[in-house]
Amino acid sequence: MTAVLPERRTEYDVERIRRDFPILHRTIRGKPLVYLDNAATTQKPQAVIDRLVRYYSEENSNVHRGVHYLSEVATAAYESARTTVKKFVNARDEKEIVFTRGTTEGINLVMSSWGRRNVAAGDEILITAIEHHSNIVPWQLLCEEKNAKLRIAPVNDAGDVIVDEFAKLLTRRTKIVAFGHASNALGTINPVKKMIAMAHANGSVVLVDGAQGVPHLDVDVQDLDCDFYAFSGHKVYGPTGIGVLYGKQALLEAMPPYQGGGDMILSVSFEKTTYNALPYKFEAGTPDISGVIGLAAALDYVGSIGLRKIAAHEHDLLLYATARLKEIPGLRIIGTAAEKASVISFTLEGVHPHDIGTILDQEGIAVRTGHHCAQPLMMRFNVPATGRASFGLYNTREEADALIAGLTKVIEIFHG
Amino acid sequence: MSSDLRELYQQVILDHNRSPRNFKELPNATKRVEGYNPLCGDHYTVFVELDGDVIKDISFTGNGCAISKSSASVMTSSVKGKRTDDAEKMFETFHKLVLGEPAGLSEAELGRLAAFSGVSEFPARVKCATLAWHTLHSALQGEQEVVTTE
Repeated sequence: MTAVLPERRTEYDVERIRRDFPILHRTIRGKPLVYLDNAATTQKPQAVIDRLVRYYSEENSNVHRGVHYLSEVATAAYESARTTVKKFVNARDEKEIVFTRGTTEGINLVMSSWGRRNVAAGDEILITAIEHHSNIVPWQLLCEEKNAKLRIAPVNDAGDVIVDEFAKLLTRRTKIVAFGHASNALGTINPVKKMIAMAHANGSVVLVDGAQGVPHLDVDVQDLDCDFYAFSGHKVYGPTGIGVLYGKQALLEAMPPYQGGGDMILSVSFEKTTYNALPYKFEAGTPDISGVIGLAAALDYVGSIGLRKIAAHEHDLLLYATARLKEIPGLRIIGTAAEKASVISFTLEGVHPHDIGTILDQEGIAVRTGHHCAQPLMMRFNVPATGRASFGLYNTREEADALIAGLTKVIEIFHG
Repeated sequence: MSSDLRELYQQVILDHNRSPRNFKELPNATKRVEGYNPLCGDHYTVFVELDGDVIKDISFTGNGCAISKSSASVMTSSVKGKRTDDAEKMFETFHKLVLGEPAGLSEAELGRLAAFSGVSEFPARVKCATLAWHTLHSALQGEQEVVTTE
């Protein structure tokens, strides 16, 4: 069967973009690397690598402390990175941008600081059935501690959150609602703006897990009107270990510190400590300075291409790869929402995803196999695990073709 | 196909994956232990019926990759009717085999276990190959809780 393949888009110069990523030119087991594990982490452009080298070669110093030259340079670079992030997500003010270790820490910060102060016994926290473990477990911890209830909005067979059910689960006890912008396991893009408006109409605070949103979508936190938005640098072509929590200023002002230490205080005595202003109140200790600066370089890089162009390119790859995967007998795509990021989860009849992963790896093709840190979702679709191909701004249709050829090989081995 | 892959997915493995032996619950089991690999979700239950120190019957149920499932299947066929200490020795031999260490036995002595020699080229898959064996080991040691290979 030959599917009707979508027409190729030509205005996006993917070959030029690929030249910016040194790792894409290495071979794996003698084959060119086909990197389709972008939902796990993305590769880094030379601009980010160079920026990290320059920071450590010429600018390294601690921030917000020294009066010496290097400390001024490092502080300026660090704070200018905050402005870059502010602009990237269109926050109102730099005070609303808190640097974290990643999405997970951002969610834990809100759970710990906002949650402990505002959630009481009998209250409810609403999440959805497609959440990553990092947007499930922190809320379970809070519910256990406060004797609150965790409610789960279900998904339909396509992998879309059932918005009517979500609406029904919003009650006067719902203190906070937390959901992903896009699902790492299925690719589903949630109707976040609508869900945020519904939660706000109910008087609930909203956190968006943007780990899979920021790399693929033009995020505008003011337009979304979310209260918190957390994301990771490494999923948007930046370094690992750095992330961002956006929070509305009024909420952040009212929240107690998350961790105590240096940088988050104005004055300390054994009788009374005065906390620093936003956003420093939430940045205890020496931060990941190089990570922050590298993240800004990544966002500048992404911005230089343009997220709308990236999204269009990735959408083209999603449609193309989906059409080609459907040619493979016994292949089932898990997650068929109308609005999807460039993530394709699949199973192959009679072959466990782990075996698919090993065989593709021999062809130089990197995909994720397993439960994708979303075990409840795997149970919902009655699969122990899936294979997952996730596309980034540098992937090509030829790489999707390589995936199809690799899967054909899997079938040859298993079904002769 | 690369020769490493051919070594890994030998016919014995593909056959036992497709039609696993002793793949059922054992109503008269004296031991029942679960084995779980959280990394890939492989999850099996091994049932053992002991008669003194002899494994009178053994079976397994569950789900996982071809390596873990075929290994469980070959294991049950290999240790059925054996004394428990012989089964433990067989596990030691098998472990060496999948780690690529000299097992000190000829291919004939290894029997069907030899089919797993290719695993040593795939370090990430050693846990898959040994999951059922670890589970059997716990059953024979009298432990009853869930065993993981993490």
